[in-house]
Amino acid sequence: MVWYIVRRFLQLIPVFLGATLLVYFLVFSLPGDATAAICGERGCTPAVVAGLREQYNLDQPFWIQYLLYLKGVLTFDLGTNFSGRPIATIIAEVFPTTAKLAIMALVIEAVFGIVFGLIAGLRKGRIFDSSVLVLSLIVIAVPIFVLGFLMQFLIGVKLQWTNPTVSGDATITELLLPAVVLGLVSFAYVLRLTRTSIIENVNADYVRTATAKGLSRRRVVVVHVLRNSLIPVVTFLGADLGALMGGAIVTEGIFNVNGVGNTLYRAVLNGDGPMVVSIVTFLILIFCLANLLVDLLYAWLDPRIRYA
Amino acid sequence: MRFTRTSKMLSVAALAALSLSACGGGDTESGAEGGNTEAVIVVDGSEPQNPLIPTSTNEVGGGAILDLVFAGLVSYDADGKPQNEMAESIETEDAQNYTITLKEGKTFTNGDPVTASSFVDAWNYGAAAKNAQLSSYFFESIEGYDEASAEGSTVETMSGLKVVDDRTFTVALSQPESDWPLRLGYSAFYPLPAAALEDPATFGENPIGNGPYKFASEGAWQHNQQIELVPNDEYEGPQAAQNGGVTFKIYQNDTTAYQDLISDNLDVLKTIPTSDIKNFESDLGERAIEAPYAGNQTIAVPYYLPNWEGEAGKLRRQALSMAINRDEITEVIFNGGREPAKDFTAPVLEGYSADLPGSENLEYNPEEAKKLWADAEKISPYDESQPLTIGYNADKGDHKTWVEAVVNNIKNNLGIEVAGKPYATFKEARTEATDETLTGALRAGWQADYPSLYNFLGPIYATGAGSNDARYSNPEFDQQLTDGLAAGSVEEGNEAMNKAQEHLLEDLPAIPLWYQVAQGGWSNNVDNVEFGWNGVPLYYAITGK
Repeated sequence: MVWYIVRRFLQLIPVFLGATLLVYFLVFSLPGDATAAICGERGCTPAVVAGLREQYNLDQPFWIQYLLYLKGVLTFDLGTNFSGRPIATIIAEVFPTTAKLAIMALVIEAVFGIVFGLIAGLRKGRIFDSSVLVLSLIVIAVPIFVLGFLMQFLIGVKLQWTNPTVSGDATITELLLPAVVLGLVSFAYVLRLTRTSIIENVNADYVRTATAKGLSRRRVVVVHVLRNSLIPVVTFLGADLGALMGGAIVTEGIFNVNGVGNTLYRAVLNGDGPMVVSIVTFLILIFCLANLLVDLLYAWLDPRIRYA
Repeated sequence: MRFTRTSKMLSVAALAALSLSACGGGDTESGAEGGNTEAVIVVDGSEPQNPLIPTSTNEVGGGAILDLVFAGLVSYDADGKPQNEMAESIETEDAQNYTITLKEGKTFTNGDPVTASSFVDAWNYGAAAKNAQLSSYFFESIEGYDEASAEGSTVETMSGLKVVDDRTFTVALSQPESDWPLRLGYSAFYPLPAAALEDPATFGENPIGNGPYKFASEGAWQHNQQIELVPNDEYEGPQAAQNGGVTFKIYQNDTTAYQDLISDNLDVLKTIPTSDIKNFESDLGERAIEAPYAGNQTIAVPYYLPNWEGEAGKLRRQALSMAINRDEITEVIFNGGREPAKDFTAPVLEGYSADLPGSENLEYNPEEAKKLWADAEKISPYDESQPLTIGYNADKGDHKTWVEAVVNNIKNNLGIEVAGKPYATFKEARTEATDETLTGALRAGWQADYPSLYNFLGPIYATGAGSNDARYSNPEFDQQLTDGLAAGSVEEGNEAMNKAQEHLLEDLPAIPLWYQVAQGGWSNNVDNVEFGWNGVPLYYAITGK
């Protein structure tokens, strides 16, 4: 088990190198000169442009730029973005907010998705099942920014139950609405996955055996049916955590959340190479770790799975 | 009673004030004109892109903060008229050599006095190439700028600046410029305390100024979230704070900010998002504002494009200009929120004239446009393989709609192939403009740095100027600009500038479309909101209710 984890961590090294190289190359190939974004509509004098290019190594060829960046990372110095702020500080500022938001969304989608999916699966074909299915279909079909703006307008502006935007403190109550919006689409998927899985397992032999043994229905459902049905759901949730961390650009934009997604979006617009690469690499690492966690959860959910 | 964040903060502040001055008995709650001068105003802002040092800030997000934290030699009132701030007097006899005397007893918020060196050192710092300050070109008129700003130069001072005593310094320009004093209210010319130059990066996080406001505390700039300013009690001058502080809440987009405005979580919004232009007046009623400001929108057509050079190019530019129905576009697309252009500057400026000879070239006249196009065809036929495109950046500002409208106008009236060309990012468009690799026309917006006609002409159309995207070069125009700068007074100078504009109106290196109008609004919590000559609200004058 320990060896397995160590091996998985070692695998992160080539992933890290490959990802940074690829992303750095993509940012490098973006059309337009990064100093043009810094100088703005009025432009700068050639001397200032030259000074900026030197400061950010933009006058170096691609390989040198990349190696300089790598050197920085290995010495725990991510460098500064084009506003002259340390990238590590920026990530440390925005990451907690996004993590909070992503975990809230994950909890919401997991709890509601699994509970609703379980009930729907156990009462297959009944009114609750059908209405929940229709509802989830609508949620999946409507684009997330429509849902976002709609809920912001109804709940934030019309009913005034909460502020339409999130303040700098990003408290749990403020993040509730964006988290619901963020979790909605995945909630629909979790619900459908759970439902299908439950329906499959309810008729399995071991469930009949368990019932025949005289176990209570509650124990049969929770320990035998649900636990075995959760494997596909856990796979989905693990992948979704990574997606929620980096893919919340739309939701963070609508609710003005100062998180990873917004920071990444701004960095891309400005062609801020080091910033983009650092954030994307960071996200990749989180994605890999989330996957590792999922793999370990498998073993817990299904003892037949062993890691050596 | 509905509590908003502001009112909550307010009541806390009021409680604190009450308990502190319980035996004072004074009533400071209601100030002039019934407004509450203790209220903290929450306004929209954008994240400053650079450390808050006057010479390294070239965008509006940081500019708005600097304008409140610092005070220059002069400041501009709502109409753009300069009024003395730190300056006691700015004197000159030949428009080239200036003697500047400072008021007595002015200080920075750290207690340092504002002296002649505060200005001279700051300006030298801004100009020197080794500091790579984004706004360095603002000092180009000063003698010695060329030496200090040349690439790789190690010269740290400009020879034209001389400190006479603590309160006096002299400035020698390399040529006479009558509108030079007008520029002194721009942020690049603000003074800096000695601490700033010792460690600019640290200073830029927590700037110490001499303006009407100061940072609420160390770290009041919470990056990408908000910047909290409180009144500077030491400040005395025309921009004295009428409120208990201004908090800039940083928004990623205007649409989000608008939701906060209509639910009274934001007090002032300076730009209504395009999606709400049609309904903001009915949403806000009395609290909506449309205020013209010193900015315009043009389309620059580079001279290096085939089809667009020489005499034929001139006729074609005129034809394009007359084919555009500015009245219709400003009415239909902007809901009247733009004003059709009549010249190359802006109406709020002193010296502006709407009926310069040649301004008829900016009027909608499809018949004449067709005729001019046909005339150009006789000189050199239009190469259909290189149809005209109108470039715009798709990342910031909503340009697509109006560019498409202009394209349709031209197509319908001239019967030629034209298309809009979106650039994914602003920098991509700017890079092509700088490298002279544009393959079509490019939209260009200009917002004045200081209220002067020259600011709309020199930096954009003079030969070799930094923002001359069209690569226009007309020796007569250049000469008239120089004459205008050398004129004995601003009035005479303006006359010469308008003479120079006649060349532009005939040649049309860029096609002026419309003047900008600020469309903004405020919440139910505030009063006395007014927009200045540059489209920025006069934050210091806003009061609570």
